[in-house]
Amino acid sequence: MTINARTTLTSFVVNGDPQEVSVTGAQTLLNVLREDLHLTGTKCGCNQGICGACTVLCDGMPIRACLALAMVVDGRDILTVEGGKTDPVLSVVQQAFVETGAVQCGFCTSGMIMSATALLMRKPSPDRQEIREELSGNLCRCTGYAKILDAVALAASRLPIQESAT
Amino acid sequence: MSQVSELGASMPRLEASAKATGVARYTADLAFPNMLHGAVLMSTSAHARIKSYDVSAARALPGVRAVMTGADIPRKRFGLMIADETALAIDKVRYIGEPVAAVAAIDRETALAAAELIQVEYEDLPGVFTPDEAMMPDAAIVHETFAAYPKNFDCIADGNAISIAQVLSGDPDEAWAEADVVVEGVYETQAQYHAYMEPVAAVADVDGLGRVTVWSSTQSVFRTQICIAEALDLPRAKVRSISPYVGGGFGGKSEPGVQIIAALLARETGRAVKVVLSRQEDMMMMRSRHPARIHLKTGARRDGTILVRTGSVVMDGGAYADDSPAAMHMVLHFLRGPYRVPHLRFDGRVLYTNKLRAAAFRGVGNAQATFACESQIDELARKLSLDPIDLRLRNVLQQGDSWLGKHPIGSASIGECLQRVRSESNWDARRAALAEAPTSKSGKRRGLGVSSVVYTCAYLSTSAIVRLLDDGTVTIATGAVDIGQGSDTAIAQMCAAALRLPVDSVNIVQADTDATPFNSGTNASRITYMLGQVIAQATDDIVSQLFPHAAELLECSVEDVELVPGGRVAIKGVKERFVSFADCSRRAHFKAGGPIIGRGSYVFRVEEPDTELTINKGMMSLAAIGTYVFGAQVVETEVDEVTGKVEVVEAWSAHDVGRAVNRQAVEGQIEGGLVQGIGFALMEELVWSDGQLTNPSFMDYKIPCSLDAPENIHAIVIENPEPTHPFGVKGIGEPPVIGIAPAVGNAVEHAVNVRVRQLPITSERVLRCLLDRGS
Ligand code: FES
Ligand code: FES
Repeated sequence: MTINARTTLTSFVVNGDPQEVSVTGAQTLLNVLREDLHLTGTKCGCNQGICGACTVLCDGMPIRACLALAMVVDGRDILTVEGGKTDPVLSVVQQAFVETGAVQCGFCTSGMIMSATALLMRKPSPDRQEIREELSGNLCRCTGYAKILDAVALAASRLPIQESAT
Repeated sequence: MSQVSELGASMPRLEASAKATGVARYTADLAFPNMLHGAVLMSTSAHARIKSYDVSAARALPGVRAVMTGADIPRKRFGLMIADETALAIDKVRYIGEPVAAVAAIDRETALAAAELIQVEYEDLPGVFTPDEAMMPDAAIVHETFAAYPKNFDCIADGNAISIAQVLSGDPDEAWAEADVVVEGVYETQAQYHAYMEPVAAVADVDGLGRVTVWSSTQSVFRTQICIAEALDLPRAKVRSISPYVGGGFGGKSEPGVQIIAALLARETGRAVKVVLSRQEDMMMMRSRHPARIHLKTGARRDGTILVRTGSVVMDGGAYADDSPAAMHMVLHFLRGPYRVPHLRFDGRVLYTNKLRAAAFRGVGNAQATFACESQIDELARKLSLDPIDLRLRNVLQQGDSWLGKHPIGSASIGECLQRVRSESNWDARRAALAEAPTSKSGKRRGLGVSSVVYTCAYLSTSAIVRLLDDGTVTIATGAVDIGQGSDTAIAQMCAAALRLPVDSVNIVQADTDATPFNSGTNASRITYMLGQVIAQATDDIVSQLFPHAAELLECSVEDVELVPGGRVAIKGVKERFVSFADCSRRAHFKAGGPIIGRGSYVFRVEEPDTELTINKGMMSLAAIGTYVFGAQVVETEVDEVTGKVEVVEAWSAHDVGRAVNRQAVEGQIEGGLVQGIGFALMEELVWSDGQLTNPSFMDYKIPCSLDAPENIHAIVIENPEPTHPFGVKGIGEPPVIGIAPAVGNAVEHAVNVRVRQLPITSERVLRCLLDRGS
């Protein structure tokens, strides 16, 4: 038996598709997404839960895929940066990031976009300070954040105004 | 000269959508059938002789396919300026974190577990952990065989020195007598980690022809190729280097990361091998900005005219040279600042220590020099009771002035940049108001500070090949790596503008040593300037081949045709009488002349400094250093007098970019650089204890997050077309990072009347100064 013996069957939905994967007890959701499902849009910047590059949504809540054990998301609904076709808020955010120049190297981008999407799902019209605070757990080394904040504000302006049911 | 018509507009990066939807592939995203995963064992000793290895347990672990140590690799050294490195330590280790052994296994977990099983027996040697220790007469020597290492410049060195150099102009010893005031201080800057979001990664594969191909996160596919070839003792032609999307570099990926290790493992196993560092490994193994201690002294007349400046710098180069000589020479080159300084002398020394190697980091050397230079200018202003901007304006370089040794400076727009930040920040009124404002109830005071910025762009050589395809679209190959700064888009825009094509008719070839011609690398803010030069040449070459076909088809003479927008050639003045690029190119492809290919090659070269005027001792050649780029930055800071915490609340950053190719991208460079500058100024510092890095994680090493960035950043783009450039552009990648630290220090002094001469300006340091001030 190698170190990596896969023992536990986990089922969850990713971007609308049901998935069933055998995982090890220690395997993270990030590892399953990238290595087993070949969804490499979610990035690994630190693997320690600090940089936010691996942010995905789990039942609409932003989580750090590098900290979440794959077994724990059994039965959950996961949305990643590849899910723009299935999620209208996500695709509006993606388009806004492109237009405002919020993407430079792009390595923080997927996590940043997922955090922004989570914010706008919860609160469609945040003010700039709320955006700054909400994104403070996602590090970006390239942009200085200015255009990222612009992008989220632009996305918000394009979404229907009513507060979502919480 | 090519027509330039569509530059300057803001447009999204070509690959923005691919990145925003997760489609863009970075090195760690690549996978090949049967691919193995690598892991690296790092040295646990800062300075030691390697006595023996025991790899038997590692080899025996199921799933392991190769274990390699320094005993298994060619004894070949490589390095940018001094060939002092090997991919795995041979005979000796010189810092904690240095790669000692490498493993390839069926998955990363197995590879890591195997690496843990490798036993290395070390015989510890005394270490040198600071430049001062390294300079002691009885210091342990980090590289005993330094003298024998090949070097590519006239290196002066002794003991643990990597390079010793001097710049001298005029007669500084005499000039002090003329000075009415003298200011003097010691300024210290820290080791800053590049913190690109993508840790270093490489995938290597071998084919049946003895060739190795490496995909990697790099700033230069050619430097990667050269280093792999030298380390593996292979001809260049046996090494192919490709860059997928790169998640930032900032200088830290100019020289190799783990490419050579991946290549060694791939050759050993005959299979593709992927090596991706963890964040902690990246921080312990890769690079930092050079820590520097600069002693600086400036003399001026009572009216503020600077007469003389002298100084010395000692820099910590870490365990391997990388580009340490260049970094130190840049400090000496820029310590004068963008001012008329008739008499100067700067001495520099960069030393080996038993720590992580220091290397280029956005604004290499210049950021350290500018912290000293621009802090001291404010100290001079204070002593003379002059406004800091007035004092700078009195001394700035003017059109027609030159740099050391008559080096031409292009458009001398430093005065204009200072005037712009003065007016846009409402400097005079704001500064006066802040000075008079009472301390807030919670103990906070605000201040406004300024810094001049001067840098160069261009440097070394580059080339381009543009091919006109049979349907009239073009494919351009340049070898430049877009590390996130947006050069691919700039290439497409410049190429499209020159050929008057829509941008989406231009296809960019991914940087690949087999497919794209030489480019020395994405560094020194050189890419946009250099590529513009070769794109202009290559597209002119295309046009000169295109026109004869058009003239034949239009039945007129070559002199009578011109380019018109949309990929057409028309009879001059009669734009409805045209043929398309496709018509001409099909004719070339299938009837006459053969396919149309344009080429451009360029090396930046000015005269060596005039030795009558300036003496550069021990320095690399500065004839290829490029043209000068000016800027000015103002920040407003808020200082908490209770805690000492400093925050930047607003910032203005004005840069003469020559001409903006893509305004949105230029603003992005300014905003991003500025916030990196805030990290340098206020929070970032790698800290070692006896050679052990104490904070190798983003938990303990903080970079600015969205709340640390100022709420308002004013990116001010000034355009004085660069006379030496076909599109008028200059590089702007690095200048925005450079002036922030001194501007912050100056603003802190304006706010609370204390001068912090050591970076980062942490709460503790400010508080200590405040307490000293109080007593
Ligand atoms: S990779 Fe998960 S937070 Fe950094
Ligand atoms: S765009 Fe490079 S880290 Fe954010």
